[in-house]
Amino acid sequence: MGSNIALMLARTGIGKLIVADFDTGSVSNLNRQAYDLSQLGMPKVQALEHNIRRVNPFIKLQMHELRLNPDNIASIFADADIMIEALDKAEEKQMLIETWLKSDQVRPLICASGIAGYGRNEDIKSIRDGNLFIIGDMHSEPVEGIAPMAPRVMIVAAMQANLCLEILAKHNKDKA
Amino acid sequence: MKPKITINGNKVDWQERMTVRDALKLMNYTFPMLVIKVNGKLIPKSDYDSTHIPVGADVMVIHLISGG
Repeated sequence: MGSNIALMLARTGIGKLIVADFDTGSVSNLNRQAYDLSQLGMPKVQALEHNIRRVNPFIKLQMHELRLNPDNIASIFADADIMIEALDKAEEKQMLIETWLKSDQVRPLICASGIAGYGRNEDIKSIRDGNLFIIGDMHSEPVEGIAPMAPRVMIVAAMQANLCLEILAKHNKDKA
Repeated sequence: MKPKITINGNKVDWQERMTVRDALKLMNYTFPMLVIKVNGKLIPKSDYDSTHIPVGADVMVIHLISGG
């Protein structure tokens, strides 16, 4: 999910990305994430940096190979204008939302919830409350036979990136 | 007329000392991971039992689903 979002933002010419991930590439990621066979076993942040640089060599990248927790989020993303959540487990999503909103009611947090399966385009929505945005169908869990698959994952990833651009454009217009 | 609160757009009867946990039970929200905001303020999971919902409050409950 995050790899797709990062690549889309890199293609649009965004100035800087701060990326954090603890995982390494595995075969089960290839059905939806922006890695290839040669990158299996490689830290995802390292593989992603390589893939982004092949598209946009000018972007500033700050890659962190670590697991986010309530104690490291604020410092890692201190310079970020917008936070985009692309974590796997619901528990981690909740941890990030609680940590972010506790200290920040201004900088936008764009989350995803409910991306598994296929079809049902009309169920995917984008909701907002204050600086919290959530995109997805809010109910599709990954269960046996209903894995997260590229099209639906990439639709939600694209909506997250799209919203990010909209917020940044408005931010710049307001500043001008 | 009975005092009410709004949960995800639905009008629900408000009760004296009603907690976030009471509201979840009332609405049959059993999903383990939720985002709950009361009048725009996020209520952390650890505070569901201790947070009282004021009369007339606007409550938002969203399911957090794994997958990334």
